Amino acid sequence: MFRTLTTVRRNLIRFTLDGQFHQAPAGISVAAALLTAVRFSRRSVVSGRGRGPYCMMGTCFDCLVCIDGEPNQQACMVTLREGMNIETQTGIRDLDTGTTADMD
Amino acid sequence: MKARYSLVVVGAGPAGMAAARCAAAHGVDVALLDEQERPGGQIYRSVDDSPLSDPSLLGSDYLYGRQHVAEFRNADIDYFPGTTVWNLDRNRDVSVLVDGKSRGLGADRIVIATGAQERPMPVPGWQLPGVMTAGAGQILLKSAAIVPPDDVVLAGSGPLLLLMASQYLKAGVGIQAILDTTPRSNRPGAVRHLIGALESASYLAKGMGLIASIRQSRVPVYKEVTALNAHGDEVLEAVRFNSRGRDHELPTGTLMLHIGVIPQVHLAMAADCEVRWDEAQLCWRPGLDQWLCSTVPGIGIAGDGAGIVGARASQLQGRLAGLQCVYELGALTRDQRDLKAVAIRKTLDKHLAIRPFLDSMYRPSPEFLTPVDDTMVCRCEEVSAGEIREIARLGCQGPNQAKAFSRCGMGPCQGRQCGSTVAALIAEVQGRKISDVGYYRVRPPVKPITLGQMGNS
Amino acid sequence: MDYDIAVIGGGLVGSSIAYGLSKKGHGVALLDEGDRAFRASRGNFGLIWVQGKGWDFPAYAKWTDEAAGLWPAFDAELQESTGVDLGYTRPGGMEFCFDERGWNDLNDCMARVRTNSDGAFEYEMLEHAELRKRIPEVSSAVIGASYSPRDGHVNPLYLLRALHQRLDAGRVDYLPNRHVDSIECLHGGFELRTNDERLAAGRVVLCAGIDNVRLGKLLGLNIPVRPNRGQLLITERVQHFLNYPTLQVRQTREGSLQIGDSQEDAGRDDGTTTEVMNRLASRAVSIFPMLKTVHVVRAWAALRVMTPDGKPVYQQSSHCQGAFGIACHSGVTLAAIHAGPVADWVAGGNPHPLIARFHPDRFDV
Repeated sequence: MFRTLTTVRRNLIRFTLDGQFHQAPAGISVAAALLTAVRFSRRSVVSGRGRGPYCMMGTCFDCLVCIDGEPNQQACMVTLREGMNIETQTGIRDLDTGTTADMD
Repeated sequence: MKARYSLVVVGAGPAGMAAARCAAAHGVDVALLDEQERPGGQIYRSVDDSPLSDPSLLGSDYLYGRQHVAEFRNADIDYFPGTTVWNLDRNRDVSVLVDGKSRGLGADRIVIATGAQERPMPVPGWQLPGVMTAGAGQILLKSAAIVPPDDVVLAGSGPLLLLMASQYLKAGVGIQAILDTTPRSNRPGAVRHLIGALESASYLAKGMGLIASIRQSRVPVYKEVTALNAHGDEVLEAVRFNSRGRDHELPTGTLMLHIGVIPQVHLAMAADCEVRWDEAQLCWRPGLDQWLCSTVPGIGIAGDGAGIVGARASQLQGRLAGLQCVYELGALTRDQRDLKAVAIRKTLDKHLAIRPFLDSMYRPSPEFLTPVDDTMVCRCEEVSAGEIREIARLGCQGPNQAKAFSRCGMGPCQGRQCGSTVAALIAEVQGRKISDVGYYRVRPPVKPITLGQMGNS
Repeated sequence: MDYDIAVIGGGLVGSSIAYGLSKKGHGVALLDEGDRAFRASRGNFGLIWVQGKGWDFPAYAKWTDEAAGLWPAFDAELQESTGVDLGYTRPGGMEFCFDERGWNDLNDCMARVRTNSDGAFEYEMLEHAELRKRIPEVSSAVIGASYSPRDGHVNPLYLLRALHQRLDAGRVDYLPNRHVDSIECLHGGFELRTNDERLAAGRVVLCAGIDNVRLGKLLGLNIPVRPNRGQLLITERVQHFLNYPTLQVRQTREGSLQIGDSQEDAGRDDGTTTEVMNRLASRAVSIFPMLKTVHVVRAWAALRVMTPDGKPVYQQSSHCQGAFGIACHSGVTLAAIHAGPVADWVAGGNPHPLIARFHPDRFDV
């Protein structure tokens, strides 16, 4: 897991990831926060295999997550905010519920 | 945001900030649109709001950005952070996404300064969680003070990889190993450019300093690495490779890859700006005149988005592009423009003198341009190099037909991670040149947007 | 003679015909342009569409219905021989209507097609409540739909791939990156000159889309086609909800939604426009409100090959024996009939009885 340098000059804020509470420094991107919390943050819409942040600059779309109910947000392009609810995405979006469902 | 500006600049990195500042200083009404929340681009990420207690570990080139960003913030520019440009057409109509809503604006002149992206480095297993670009690692350090676990392996070639290693060492990150994929055969070609590179001697000195600091650190460096691949079931577990004829395996959860950067040309291509294959840099770059004007009237392109030149040269190019806009908008005469450009060009030449050396010294190994069959080329749609080769053998003429036949490039990244590889594979199979094979036809939206946003509903 | 037959144009029409010819053992050259040529086949919506076709032209109603009827066998044969799953299904298709006038027009159109097909065409007009039973997600903005069980859909890009794979395995020489500069009608055959070579063929079939105008002139054929631009949007993959192809929205087997389409007179400009993208997006959301948050991954535009009456053109030159001109904008729907009866005809067999109805002399009034 990635770690925050101990000398960091930021307050910690709280967010949830798939319902679990986590903490990360204020001002960082959602993708950065995810890297400190989980080994992978998405399952591919094609094979269902795990994926995680890859480029951190908005070009690869491997860090897509659902943020506060809005799916397919580029986690590396969104700044983490206090109380954010982040959900990992598994496979193809289910339009009825607005969340994701299993591949089959 | 007004409905129309004299100049709209896209991108708040060194080139975009400089172009906007130059135009604003001459009284031009400028808007700068940037996808990030803060100015500086990737190179000066968070430079005026660093989470690090000691940002100097990132080096003096990074700290130089502070002043640039401060001056940019003080200039009379309508700056719109968090604003994604999803379309630009040849009539200079811009469509942006801001606060989740789409809106349009017009411009008399456009400067595209969208910078670079990491050159895709497709190796088997590069899609596994735990594998990321070295640039991603650097962004995490600059913007979040977040670092990988102490078993991290860095692999690839080029100045950024060395810089990254030295920054990690200063930050106290334990690097397990550095895998240097620079082919030995690059050296003779590079040496020929060494004399020219002396014009920008400070770059050479910095490079040697980085190499010395890595040597002192005693981090194992494996040379002439080939057959690199990432292994793991659900996530990365090990890296396997060959170095000077011997096979190795290193257990690790984090692998950072880097084989240089390439221009981000999608926005320019969406606007119909012509791009050309650059054999020295192995990338597509827009065709530009000496004032950085593209083939579409009123659209200029500056900085790494126009061909890789580095941060300082990008800033100078931004100024040139800015001057040209000011001239075209009638606020400078031709003579005034030319006079102001003399000193800029002189300094620019000094910064560019290192490029032929860097381009040949760190030219990526063919192994990463045309990867082995079981490598996933298109990460989004999971299309392998083997499948692209099979399609190429059918006679498929280029990346657009390959896309139609295999779905490669149809995912959300819109071909940014596979476009160059697909073209190289077709060229390899059919014995053609990449310049002849071509690139994807890039169409809007250049970043995915929702139907609700697109339809303003 | 290098080849029995040269087919010019490697899109869906040319590839289907070349495939049909190769199955019968003819030596075929399929000449194609490059990766960035105008390619209607890459902008195809993937519908195998019968409803509405030929309401004013009985032969077209029959031709289309017969073509759609050949599809199940054609699909099975291609899939078996190539392993490419075309995603072909025939659940019946729908066209949505949004107001009473639209409903009446559609109703009238369907009735005429039934008459023109001698009663073979089956359809239903579904009022909103009935439509909701079949597609519960549809909004109240849609007052109803026409439905015909004759309609189906397929992945048009995989269709082209499968055809090309079969050509590769058969006796067809696929010759891409060829621009045909001239065609000479010689005694008993033709000589084609391309950018860098000459080749001789006993027969020549023009399937080059809008370039058929130029190529036709070389052979004294008047092929009256013009480009008609269509734009469409393609979204990210979403869970399956739309079990029927419709004229406005189609969900692919992978889960992406295709949203069509526009009809524009834009000359040879195959670019997309913000205005049309905006209109297509807002119409899709008005039909299916839950699509509001679905991401558009790309927009596309292509030039349809449009004849003056929108119906296909099949013609054989009267003074250059063995020269054929073929033009249509229904390369998917008609693929099976092109690979069958049309291929037989261009190879010298007896023409299908309906083919004569599609001669362009119908425009000479």
